Amino acid sequence: MRTIQQNVTEESVREALLDVMDPEIPNLSIVDLGIVRDVSVGEAEIEVELLPTFVGCPALEVMKESVVERLRELAPEHGINVKVTLEETWTTDRISERGRQVLKSSGFAPPLRMPQGKLNLMQLMPVAECPYCGSRRTVMDNAFGPTLCRAIYYCTSCRQPFEQFKQV
Amino acid sequence: MSDNATNTDTTALQTLLTALADDEFILGYRNSEWTGIAPMLEEDVAFSSMSQDEIGHARLLYQMLAELTGTPADRIAYAREPGEFLNCQLVERRKLDWAHAIARYFLYDTADHVRVESLTRSSYAPLANAMQKIVREEKYHLMHGDIWVKRLAGFSPDARERLTSALESLWPDALGMFEPLPGEAELVASGILPSATSDMQAEWLEQVAPYFESLGLPCPVERDASTGRYVPTVEPVYGGRRGEHTPELAELWEEMTSVYRLDPEAVW
Repeated sequence: MRTIQQNVTEESVREALLDVMDPEIPNLSIVDLGIVRDVSVGEAEIEVELLPTFVGCPALEVMKESVVERLRELAPEHGINVKVTLEETWTTDRISERGRQVLKSSGFAPPLRMPQGKLNLMQLMPVAECPYCGSRRTVMDNAFGPTLCRAIYYCTSCRQPFEQFKQV
Repeated sequence: MSDNATNTDTTALQTLLTALADDEFILGYRNSEWTGIAPMLEEDVAFSSMSQDEIGHARLLYQMLAELTGTPADRIAYAREPGEFLNCQLVERRKLDWAHAIARYFLYDTADHVRVESLTRSSYAPLANAMQKIVREEKYHLMHGDIWVKRLAGFSPDARERLTSALESLWPDALGMFEPLPGEAELVASGILPSATSDMQAEWLEQVAPYFESLGLPCPVERDASTGRYVPTVEPVYGGRRGEHTPELAELWEEMTSVYRLDPEAVW
């Protein structure tokens, strides 16, 4: 009879996933990014459900592989099944408070909180808080940046260019 | 196979998904032609990002088709003949003129926004879920297009003239986005397509006519006295949804599939 690994629980899996980082923002874990939707631990298999941030984001494939790699370390006896689902829409509101702090300390302005309900264009008006000096006297240089999730701003108070994690 | 898609409307569903995916795929390619040669560095980045978004959306829709048909997504994207593409002709047009690129993208994006918004209510759950995701990303494209249309309209007489003539030449193609789809009646009846193409077109015109009017830019529409809806005063260019295309698509196809055709079985 096979011995059951007592130590693998949903909690320990989520804990382990804190080590899996967004390849485009190295200090931000996928848990804090809010893309881990569901974790279920069966006797033989661990299933993890991820939500894509941007549909065209190439980092998702990398993150899937990193999840498998990390969980194989945690639970070598289990099969690892990572699924991507669109059954729930990822929005920047899913980024945790710790995630927002990580963004800020890495020089990214965190996304603004999104209003509930149907969106209109005005609610996406470019506003960002400078991650260096906290000023809101900032202007958007480009709605598009080095990756799909980032926009480029300039702070007119401390005269520093910076990137914002776009709100969606 | 799942949800409300029964066997009878599977063909119509495939047609819808192919049309949506091909629009995004071909436009993504066309917009990527600006990478490296846009009038300013920021626009190299913007057009490249928007292309990445469009091609990402196309990939998602091709994957949905792959699940329905069993044909791999890459093969759907690259192994079809030009006559099997169901994109509207608007997206295949090639003219490396900045005002033309902005005009085409703005017309496409505003029309696509109406379509995506409507499809968030599709009875085919995978499609509705995908559209809920996509609608949020497209907002940035709309914002970008709005800035550029206003900039070109108000910058110099030359810029305004180029934008005006680009819009005039593109309007008939743009109206082709709402060419009725083969099997549309079934799609509407089953709720897969929540509003008919003619209704989506009317809603689009309702949104953009006042915008173009306020900027004094071409918008060839008039109110129909009996229905009260905007109707076009130019003849739309149809055919794309039945696989009829301009030679510009064949040219693009040659280039876009050249690597795939070198070795279709290659594993990347």
